[in-house]
Amino acid sequence: MTMNPDLVDKTYKVIGTRVRRPDGVDKVTGRARYGADASAPGQLVGLVLRSPHAHAVIKKIDISKAEKLKGVKAVITSADFPDHTNGDRGLRDILENCMARKKALYDGHAVAAVAAVDARTAREALKLIKVDYQILPHVTEVDDAFKANAPLLHDDIFTDGITPTPTKSSNFVKQAEYGHGDIDAGFREADVIIEKSYKTEQTHQGYIEPHSCLASVSPDGMAEMWVCTQGHFVYRNQCAAILGMDANKLRVTSSEIGGGFGGKTHIWAEPLALALSRKANRPVKLTMTRDEVFRATGPTSSTSIDVKIGAKKDGTITAAFAELRYHGGAFPGNWAEFGAMTGFACYDLKNVKTVSKDCVVNRPKTAAYRAPSTPQVCFAVESTVDEVARAIGMNPVDFRIKNAAKEGTKSSYGPVYGPIGIGPTLEAAKNHPHMKAPLAKDTGRGMACGFWFNFGGQTCVDMNVTPDGNVTVAVGTIDVGGSRASLALVVAEELGVPYDAVRVVVADTSTLGHNDMTDGSRGTFSSSMAAVFATRNAIKTLRERAAKTWEIPLDEVVWEDGAARAVGAQHGNRAPLTLKEIAAAAPGSGGPIAGHAEIVADNAGVSFATHICDAHVDKETGKTTITRYTVIQDAGKAMHPAYVEGQYQGGAAQGIGWALNEEYIYGANGRLQNAGFLDYRIPVCSDLPMIDTQILEIPNPHHPYGVRGVGETSIVPPLAAVANAVTNAAGVHMNHVPMSPPRILKAIKALKA
Amino acid sequence: MSVHVKTTINGDQVEFVCGADEPLLDVLRNRLGLTGAKEGCGTGDCGACSVILDGRLVCSCLVLGAEMDGRSVETIEGMADGAKLHPLQQQFIDNAALQCGVCTPGFLMAAQALLRKNPDPTEEDIRFGLAGNLCRCTGYDKIVRAVQAAAKEMRG
Repeated sequence: MTMNPDLVDKTYKVIGTRVRRPDGVDKVTGRARYGADASAPGQLVGLVLRSPHAHAVIKKIDISKAEKLKGVKAVITSADFPDHTNGDRGLRDILENCMARKKALYDGHAVAAVAAVDARTAREALKLIKVDYQILPHVTEVDDAFKANAPLLHDDIFTDGITPTPTKSSNFVKQAEYGHGDIDAGFREADVIIEKSYKTEQTHQGYIEPHSCLASVSPDGMAEMWVCTQGHFVYRNQCAAILGMDANKLRVTSSEIGGGFGGKTHIWAEPLALALSRKANRPVKLTMTRDEVFRATGPTSSTSIDVKIGAKKDGTITAAFAELRYHGGAFPGNWAEFGAMTGFACYDLKNVKTVSKDCVVNRPKTAAYRAPSTPQVCFAVESTVDEVARAIGMNPVDFRIKNAAKEGTKSSYGPVYGPIGIGPTLEAAKNHPHMKAPLAKDTGRGMACGFWFNFGGQTCVDMNVTPDGNVTVAVGTIDVGGSRASLALVVAEELGVPYDAVRVVVADTSTLGHNDMTDGSRGTFSSSMAAVFATRNAIKTLRERAAKTWEIPLDEVVWEDGAARAVGAQHGNRAPLTLKEIAAAAPGSGGPIAGHAEIVADNAGVSFATHICDAHVDKETGKTTITRYTVIQDAGKAMHPAYVEGQYQGGAAQGIGWALNEEYIYGANGRLQNAGFLDYRIPVCSDLPMIDTQILEIPNPHHPYGVRGVGETSIVPPLAAVANAVTNAAGVHMNHVPMSPPRILKAIKALKA
Repeated sequence: MSVHVKTTINGDQVEFVCGADEPLLDVLRNRLGLTGAKEGCGTGDCGACSVILDGRLVCSCLVLGAEMDGRSVETIEGMADGAKLHPLQQQFIDNAALQCGVCTPGFLMAAQALLRKNPDPTEEDIRFGLAGNLCRCTGYDKIVRAVQAAAKEMRG
């Protein structure tokens, strides 16, 4: 459904302005309420007991002593979660991840939980729970998990995607293939072929707010939950399904969210809080510690990736191949498959093939992290692309421009592209002052491109006109980065009223239809589309009221600049009826005025970015310092440019952390060694330079204002951009991230030797 | 064991009873209803719980409530002058220096402490002055700019 071009080049009144966000004052005064900031009368403190073992049979759990401790109101184990999943493997995995059943599958896996009158009593109760474990051999490394003699996590995984399907279970979950053409023929045409293997370590989203919820289940089965989440409707649906409740009985209200980046798209301890509340008949507040956040929620896959790219001397890529091995933590996922789809998406390739191999390991269940699976494959592909360009003696920007995908290109994952931004971001990079700036000693410049699909999905918006002629808008997508401001802008633009006349709130799950989560860069894209349609529906009602008042046909009434106006020779001289006047007359003209939209927001419009990075490498210590960084990305249309810039900058900073520092470190015992912000080091203010941004606007023809999602693509290129800069600074080819000082030092020493 | 404490918070006289081992952060959040300070880690690594104690920036998760007797604590709830936001607060909004906002109270406290000591900081001064506070959303660019703008405004 192409719907807009007439609007794309229009000059807007409020869209594109840098208005103040409606949640700003609350957030700078400490008034904004996050997951842990709510309380209920009589609430208990919930705490979770977690496995210290990477892999162990749970032979017996004795909760009798804990239950008898004064002040303990409920103790739960997997026995309190009968399996309601009805053969739904994905839901069963979620259930088993929330509370271990027969086996603990990773260090941090929940095995029991308590609710008590205070934290001290709850902590004491955890110590009184006796778990009898039979420790099993474990596997935490992705390449080890595929080995024939690897410890087996599940006895019911028979590799999907291989013919014939294996009869023996393994940790190899799924194989998939993407691509087109004939890569063997393509490699035969090549003058240069570069083939390399890469590794990336596991990272965490690192949101500053730990998971927290306040659950209250009444004896009549009615339940409420206040929770920090990226998708309260999904949390409701999954929690209700796991607990055997009707979804309508569970009303979920989303708190302000203190960061998520994908990690709050999954339920973790929420079903435990609900089950504790149900058992104790009291509200239960359950907040994770930072240690629990690291050990039991959300990390990415660590990966092992082989890439082979062939090109002619004139710079044409003749064939590209990658095999990707990713893990889903302790449960099946399709993370490698995402990587196989996105890896070569920036390029127009005649012959391309990717093979994905997903496995399970004894680590926490992998969760989405901003453009999930894509930074890792981008690191491998874009590092190799630079090497190919170097081998044929071509500038890396020109090499990428020559091979960039364009409108009409058949993408490496199948679909044919519409208007896209990869070419323009590359041209902008080539012409950017950053690209031409002189470099200091021991400093190198690197670049890389990145892609993300963007999602749309189910979306529902209610727009209501208040009796005094202002507007409220209820949306169901969580605001993670300023979307309430952007949605107010789009409604104000449509209606022709000031930004301040529109108030946007995130509605709870009982007051709006289902909405998918804020993931896939869909929040502003999909809710703004629904908000436009809801507003247009309201405008139709407003015109009808004016037509009725004037006693003229509807088609002689238009809506312009916040008022109904009569048109045509007969009626054109009437004074307009403003929104305020029509709203005031509503009780006598047909009642409340509202507009609704319930849509599946298809055609999100793919997203591309090009990043430029200058890195200084200290050859004595191996420490890398980013001295300049530029993000160039297509936004389709930037509704609120400052918040679009914020997405670009934040994603780049996360990617730089991934490139240089961040990694999960497991001991030989399978336990996570660095479950805290001291040892899992995310970038701090003094680690980074200013992050320059350039917003390009190549309209998405499928959105009324040309919008594309902007939230995720910015984390995709940094790993490779930094790696390419390090290569140019120190002459070493880093094939393993993070490029921590010891790894760089080792590479420098190897180069000298 | 419980301890009876008389202290000053944001200029107001406050009395509370807390456990001898109870962090100031828990007292503020759970006993006094001052939830502006956030617990991001509980180990002094993230700065989300930053408050100013007798003029010095501290992580409130690392000091005890019982130590507060006779002392003076400033929290984010006391930063604005009634309806008038502090220049740092206003510049954080105007410069889009917050996204999720959960680290913002801690950053504002840290920036307040920095500007009192150094009213005219360089970019590097600001970056090191705020290095004890973690933000995962912004990449710090707009935070640094907001502090620069507020410092300029406050110098007049």
